[in-house]
Amino acid sequence: MDALITQALDIWYLLPEDWQTLILIVAKIVLILVPLMLCVAYVTYFERKVIGAMQVRIGPNRVGFFGFSLWGLGQPIADALKLMMKEIVIPTQSSKFLFLLAPVLSIGPALAAWAVLPFDRGMVLTDINAGLLYILALTSIGVYGVIIAGWASNSKYAILSALRAGAQIVAYEIAMGFALVGVLMASGSLNIGEIIEAQAGGVSNWFVWPLLPLFLVYFISGVAETNRAPFDVAEGESEIVAGFHVEYSGMAFAIFFLAEYANIILISALTSLMFLGGWLSPLEGLLGADHILGTSSIIWFFGKTAFFIFCFLWFRATFPRYRYDQIMRLGWKVFIPVTIVWLFVEAVMVVMQVGPWAV
Amino acid sequence: MMSSLSKSFRHFVKSFTLFELFQGLGVTGRYFFKPKITVQYPEEKTPMSPRFRGLHALRRYANGEERCIACKLCEAVCPALAITIDSEERADGTRRTTRYDIDLFKCIYCGFCEEACPVDSIVETHIFEYHFEERGTQVMTKKMLLEIGDKYETEIAANKQADAPYR
Repeated sequence: MDALITQALDIWYLLPEDWQTLILIVAKIVLILVPLMLCVAYVTYFERKVIGAMQVRIGPNRVGFFGFSLWGLGQPIADALKLMMKEIVIPTQSSKFLFLLAPVLSIGPALAAWAVLPFDRGMVLTDINAGLLYILALTSIGVYGVIIAGWASNSKYAILSALRAGAQIVAYEIAMGFALVGVLMASGSLNIGEIIEAQAGGVSNWFVWPLLPLFLVYFISGVAETNRAPFDVAEGESEIVAGFHVEYSGMAFAIFFLAEYANIILISALTSLMFLGGWLSPLEGLLGADHILGTSSIIWFFGKTAFFIFCFLWFRATFPRYRYDQIMRLGWKVFIPVTIVWLFVEAVMVVMQVGPWAV
Repeated sequence: MMSSLSKSFRHFVKSFTLFELFQGLGVTGRYFFKPKITVQYPEEKTPMSPRFRGLHALRRYANGEERCIACKLCEAVCPALAITIDSEERADGTRRTTRYDIDLFKCIYCGFCEEACPVDSIVETHIFEYHFEERGTQVMTKKMLLEIGDKYETEIAANKQADAPYR
């Protein structure tokens, strides 16, 4: 065994340096994406279970492994297999190239944004300085997938839904961007690792307290951004069947589904990073430094993210769908003024050296 | 003037603190932990009324004689025209059916045939889990109906007994 390892290491050192970095990066990407895809699969299961529980039902509990039902844990695997087996129907009058490009455009940004998310101190694929800017840019690209899907399907329901989703995402993008400007002002950095380090030192230093309005605006905009209930007029099954992906079937549909849930996880992770200190432990100083929950670790990051994912599902089980004009009103006339006012307050506080910014 | 101002201020505070939204989340949050009421169907079953109207059956008397006297009241009352009856005079001079078919695709399970029957011959049992795999097998013949009646006679009699005081 040792001989095998030394042999492998010999081959490794023989490789050119460029190859080594390439292989390392690909390995890291796989290490992020495979668990992410599994998480996406199980968020769908979790969603059905949580909403079921809130409606006094049980949720999926039949499909398991090897004859054991295991609370229905096999359900996402079975769903994925089913979707993979199905035919991808391409409507005759559709724009074929764009029709197939749209799912790629919607899942690409949702996955690419994970490149700059730190899971723990230093545990990040690329530690770039403009990480926040990169995330803002990539989350905005997702809307193209939706619009192109709606347009390329050549279906009136799909185009209606694409227009709705497009207007909605653009509107909430602004409030979201402004909310992140607040984070940027509070931390003084665009690097996500540094944003988190700026929140170090216990729960009271987390940005969620001084930036509470921005935190709420950011998370609610995030829900709107991912087209989730109560802002899911883009799907609106009561009036436009299933929204921009009516004409999609099989794996092409599944890609949209994956993108939606990957975005949910992304928004949850971002909210926990920006406002709740990511990997920082809330019990810092309370428990001993060697205690597993007392130290900052990836566990806390996952815990906070899981809480926000749960909130997404909780909202879906609780709130009825917004009327479309009310969505627009909330986005343009409430969230944007609120964020601008709070940015102003924050700027004054920074200049006057009060509150948490008296550095 | 003052009251409308304070009212709009209250509304303002209420909407900005997301008061009603948190109330709603509280309701679903409580239900999240409530015991679940789902019935796990094939393993568990819901209680069934003695009046339940499922698959049909033809009954016999205790001495083995079939009850049906081919009066054709059921055929006449059937709103879906699902029952077809042919009759003859048997060797002992009684009136009997030679054919008693129920087309289960036509039947709407209204139970009128059971109500119309003067001799409690045609009944609807509690059986509801059945299916057909071939075209044509949905027509229940007299033989099949009598077989079901023979098989479930005790349960049919018990259900009739349980419902008798209310008839």
